Amino acid sequence: MYVAVKGGERAIENAHGWLAEARRGDATVPDLAVDQIREQLALAVDRVMAEGSLYDPDLAALALKQARGDVVEAVFLIRAFRTTLPRFGASAPLDTGAAQIIRRISATYKDAPGGQVLGPTFDYTHRLLDFGLAESATPAPAPEAPSSLGAVPHILSHLGEEGLIQPEREGGAEVPDLTRAPLEFPASRPLRLQALARGDEGFLLSLAYSTQRGYGRNHAFIGELRIGHVRVSAYLPELGFEIDFAEILLTECETVNQFQGSKSEPAQFTRGYGLVFGQSERKAISMALVDRALRTRELGEDTGSAPAQDEEFVLSHCDNIQSSGFLEHIKLPHYVDFQAELELIRKLRRRAMPEAAQ
Amino acid sequence: MTSASLTRRDWMGLLARAPLARLDTHWPDEPPAFMWLRAPEIGTMMVQGRAGAVGAAFNLGEVTVTRAALRLSCGTVGHAMVQGRGLRKAERAALLDALLQTSAGPELQARVLGPLQAAERAAQEARARRAAATKVDFFTLARGEG
Repeated sequence: MYVAVKGGERAIENAHGWLAEARRGDATVPDLAVDQIREQLALAVDRVMAEGSLYDPDLAALALKQARGDVVEAVFLIRAFRTTLPRFGASAPLDTGAAQIIRRISATYKDAPGGQVLGPTFDYTHRLLDFGLAESATPAPAPEAPSSLGAVPHILSHLGEEGLIQPEREGGAEVPDLTRAPLEFPASRPLRLQALARGDEGFLLSLAYSTQRGYGRNHAFIGELRIGHVRVSAYLPELGFEIDFAEILLTECETVNQFQGSKSEPAQFTRGYGLVFGQSERKAISMALVDRALRTRELGEDTGSAPAQDEEFVLSHCDNIQSSGFLEHIKLPHYVDFQAELELIRKLRRRAMPEAAQ
Repeated sequence: MTSASLTRRDWMGLLARAPLARLDTHWPDEPPAFMWLRAPEIGTMMVQGRAGAVGAAFNLGEVTVTRAALRLSCGTVGHAMVQGRGLRKAERAALLDALLQTSAGPELQARVLGPLQAAERAAQEARARRAAATKVDFFTLARGEG
């Protein structure tokens, strides 16, 4: 029997009232503007866009404000908002080789054409708290140097010319979309990449780390990590031509992985790939390592079955909105279920220990 | 500002990527009358990437866009698909797209598109100069006697 209970409306309303007040914090401290979040907490904004799977910095900043800085809650708000919007179409596949680079490094070639460009990185900082930031201050303008505006080629294209790295295969005409059709296994690589691109950064980081520690080892080099602005183009049927309707910031990671060869493939380097909205290299590197781990079956590797190589395990658990939705539903009333469990335990104890029951 | 005039494909992209504030700066005091063919509507476009940058296409995530279409009294049709959620931005881009196709085109190219293109270029160059300043110059330290 299902028993419906009502009540708690006023408690809920008052709780939300308190939430609004708590969100604002001490009213003597100035209110935080959305554009301040967008400009000064940009990496949190980027993470919300990546995992929310919607590129819109103003919306992501608003979501962070509403969620009191809880990133997963902000991602939830973005995902929910997205469902209210019509989708007009799809872009042409991005040409990340034409990106305007703000950062681009390689751990495999010191003298890669185009050079090693550090960009606005935390690397080589001493990770000492800067108490100067507690005071409001405007930093000196960033140093500049003469530059030509040319695109820099992908580093792995050089290995490709020698045939030392597995070439990428063309995909089918249909691009699978997990927001339109339920995930089915085995999943194609395009579907896996979509799931990873919107997957939880922490989960993917842990899985990627597990491959480095030996659970499905596939030693990875960072062939190239690039962060840059990329134009997005689409063919508009009503016009009969393509326009570059947007420019977005992306982080891309290409790994080069050892591969001894298998029954079906010669010894050669193989690839892992990560591509993420915004500036998010931890996520992009994690994605590339997990992408490579999930390719173990297609490469015919005999490395056992580590968690990062198990696509059903990885893809079913990488979405933080799905995970937290199921996790948090156990907060909701389970009074009747629990009553039944309680009755059962009492009955079993009476049967096992009749004297104690008396 | 611009040496050669832009094609429609180029100006539609330029208007789509420009910040609203910059379109507002170049807005005529008395915009011409028009009729909506498609009132501004906010939606998304799915952005596709490629596995390994060159392989199979996959769905990376969506980007917000606003689109609109309108017709001037002379019959010229203007379209817009602009980045972000911006009803007014889409209206301005669609109206400019229509006007740029009329006899007012050459004057608008110089007055509106020129500054927009210069601003976009300046932002790119500023980023490129900052990036160039962080380019690593490797040098080899003196090695021990071999």
